[in-house]
Amino acid sequence: MSSVATEAPPASGRAVVASVRNVTKLYRLGGEDVHALAGVSIDFHQGDFVAIMGSSGSGKSTLLNLLGCLDRPTTGQYLLGGNDVATLDDESLSRVRGRYLGFVFQSYNLIQQLSVVENIAVPLAYQRPPNPDGHALCLRLAKLVGLSGRLGHRPNQLSGGQQQRVAIARALVNNPHVILADEPTGNLDTATSIEIMDLLDALNNAGRTIVMVTHEPDIAARAKTVISLRDGKIESITHNDR
Amino acid sequence: MNFIQQLRLGFRSLLLHKLRSALAVLGILIGVTAVIWLVALGEGVSYQAQQQIKNLGATSIIVRTIKPTEEANRESGSRSGISYGLLRDDYDRLLVNVPTITKAMPMREISREVRNGEFAIDSSLVGCTPEYFDINRLAIERGRALSAADMEYLDNVAVLAYEVAEKLFPIEDPLGRAVQIGEEFYVVIGVAEQRTASAAIGGSLAARQYDKDVYIPLSTFRARIGDQVITVRGGTFQNETIELNQITAVVDDMNSVDSSADIIRDLLARYHKSLDYAVVVPKELLEQAETMRTMFNVLLLLIAGISLLVGGIGIMNIMLATVTERTREIGIRRALGATKGEIVQQFLWETVVLSGTGGLLGVAVGFLCGPTVTIVRETISELFPEVWSNLPPNIRDLEPLIAPWSIVAAFGISVGVGIVFGIYPARRAANMDPIEALRHE
Ligand SMILES: Nc1ncnc2c1ncn2[C@@H]1O[C@H](COP(=O)(O)OP(=O)(O)OP(=O)(O)O)[C@@H](O)[C@H]1O
Ligand SMILES: [Mg+2]
Repeated sequence: MSSVATEAPPASGRAVVASVRNVTKLYRLGGEDVHALAGVSIDFHQGDFVAIMGSSGSGKSTLLNLLGCLDRPTTGQYLLGGNDVATLDDESLSRVRGRYLGFVFQSYNLIQQLSVVENIAVPLAYQRPPNPDGHALCLRLAKLVGLSGRLGHRPNQLSGGQQQRVAIARALVNNPHVILADEPTGNLDTATSIEIMDLLDALNNAGRTIVMVTHEPDIAARAKTVISLRDGKIESITHNDR
Repeated sequence: MNFIQQLRLGFRSLLLHKLRSALAVLGILIGVTAVIWLVALGEGVSYQAQQQIKNLGATSIIVRTIKPTEEANRESGSRSGISYGLLRDDYDRLLVNVPTITKAMPMREISREVRNGEFAIDSSLVGCTPEYFDINRLAIERGRALSAADMEYLDNVAVLAYEVAEKLFPIEDPLGRAVQIGEEFYVVIGVAEQRTASAAIGGSLAARQYDKDVYIPLSTFRARIGDQVITVRGGTFQNETIELNQITAVVDDMNSVDSSADIIRDLLARYHKSLDYAVVVPKELLEQAETMRTMFNVLLLLIAGISLLVGGIGIMNIMLATVTERTREIGIRRALGATKGEIVQQFLWETVVLSGTGGLLGVAVGFLCGPTVTIVRETISELFPEVWSNLPPNIRDLEPLIAPWSIVAAFGISVGVGIVFGIYPARRAANMDPIEALRHE
C-alpha cells in the first residue's frame, strides 16, 4: 500500500458536497477550556471516501458529530447542500440530518422492537414530503445489502455484521449527500469487517460520499483519503493510491 | 407518519412491556368504568325518584295530616283523646279561597283487617272520592272505579288493590263478591292494576305502597267507620279523632303551583293552632331532585376525576421509565432526522394509546353495568331471599341508566389524562441531547 501526502484535494473537478471552514469546538469543563477542535478546514467532494484517524481524544468524534449536524461548532462555518448549517436551530438541523445525511454507528444502533425492513424505513418517517415509494425502496436496499431473506427478523436475531448491513441500508434510504460512519467496524471481527468495508467500497464506487472514523490502519487504508487529527487540528491528509 | 402508523408504532412499543402496559391500562379502565357505573346508578336512582314524584302530579299540591308532637298533644288533648289533622272545613275553605284549584280530593285512611271467609289481610282502608283514581293514575283492571252515585248513596262498595284481590280471592273472581271489614260487608266492584310505590318524601310523606289498599267511598267511610280511631297502646286506650288524612289539590297550571301552595299554607296556618299538617309540593320536590342529581353528578365527576388522576400518574410513571429505557432509540431517531416535535408526538401517541385503550375497555365494561346489576340482583334474591325481601323497593327495582354524556366524558377525560400526563415524559425525551442519547447504554 503506497500513500502520498499532499495538500491539494485531488479531484477538484468534482462538486463539493460538504465543507467546513475554520471550525472550532470548545468544551468548558469546570472553568477549564478543552479545544476539542481547534480550527479545522476541509472540503468533501462528491464520491470521496475519507477516513478520519487520530489518537483517542484528538477530536474525531467531535468532528464527525459536527459533520452530522448533531452538534454546532463554537465558531466557523459548515456548508452543506449549499447552506451554512453551523447556525441553524435544532429543528432545522433535524431536517438537514434527515435530508442530507446518513449515519452508521459502531454499535449499529438499530431499534430493537422493529424488524429489518422497518429499521431501514425509520428515516423515511421524517422525510418532508414523504417518499411515496418508501416500502419498495426499503426492499431494494435490503436486497442490496444481502438481507432479502431476513426482512421480518428483529435485530437480536441477526449477527453483528448483518445488523451493520441493516444500518448501512438505513443510511442509504434517504439518498444522503454524505454517509457518516463512526467506527463502523469497531465491534466486528476481521472477516466481517472486511465484508462491511467491501460493501462501503461498493457504495463509494457507485458514487456515494463516505466519511468514516476509524482506529484501525488497515480499515483506513481502504479509504481514498485519510485525515489525521491531533489535538483538534488536522495533522495530515493522505491520499491512498488504490 | 400518518395516524395509523403512529397508532401502530405506539402499540408495538407498548407491547414490549405487556404487563407494565396492561397495568397502566387497567388504571384508566377502572377510572372510566367507575365513572360510567356510578353515573348510571345515580341516573337510575334519580330517574326512579323523578318518576315517583311525577306520579304524584306536577300540578298537584298534597296536604297531609301529621300527628303533632307529644307536647302539642298534651295541650290540645283531653281525657277523651286527641283530635288533630285536616278538617272537612279545610277542604271547603281550599275550594272556596284558592281559585286556581281545579280539583281537590279529600281522603281518609286507616288500617283495617279485610276478610273473605278464611282469607284475611291487613289492609289500608282508604276512603276517597272518584277522582282519587284519576289523580293517582291508578288504573282499574277489572270492574269499575268508585262513582259519584256510590258517594251519594253511601253504598257499601269497595275497589281492591291487585294484591289484596289476589290474597282474598285466590281462585274466584272477586267482582260482585263481598268482603268483610269490621262488622260491615262491602261488595267488590273493581280491582285496580298493579302499581309501583310512589316517592317517599322526607318525613312528611312516606312512600305510598298501593298494594294493600282497599278503596271505599269517603262518605261511606264516614258513615260506617267515623272519625274516631281507638287504638290500644301500651295497655291504655288511645282515642284519636281525624277528619281527613289528606287533601290533594290540583291547580290549573304548573306556574300557579307555587303561589297556590303559599295561599294554602297561609290558609291552613290561620285555622290550625298546631302544625298537624304538612304541605307537599311535588313540583318543588322535582326541582329539588333535579338539583340533587346535578350535585350528585358533580360529585361523581370529582371522584372519577380523582381516579383518573391516579390512573394518569400511573401512566406518567410508566412513560418516564419507557423514555429512560429508550434513550438510545430517541438518539437514533433524532440522528435520523426526527425533530423534537416528532419525538414528543411519538411518545404522546404512546400515552394516548395507553389511556385510549384503557378508555375504550372502560367504556366496554361500563356497558356491562346493566347486566351486572341484574346478575347481582338475581344472585342475592336466590341466595338470600330474606335479605332481598327486606331491601327497600327503590333498591330492588333499581335499573342503572347509562348516560351517553358519561361515556363521552369518561373516554374524553381518559384520553385527556393521557395527553396531560404524557407531555412531561415526552418533552423529557425530546429534550435529550442526541449525542448523549446515542451514547446511552
Ligand atoms: N461533551 C463533552 N464535554 C466535554 N468535553 C468533551 C465532550 N465531548 C468531547 N470532549 C472532549 O473533546 C476532546 C475530543 O473528544 P472526541 O470524543 O472527539 O475524541 P475522539 O477522537 O473521538 O476519541 P476516541 O478515539 O476515544 O473516541 C476530548 O478531550 C474530550 O474529552
Ligand atoms: Mg470517538
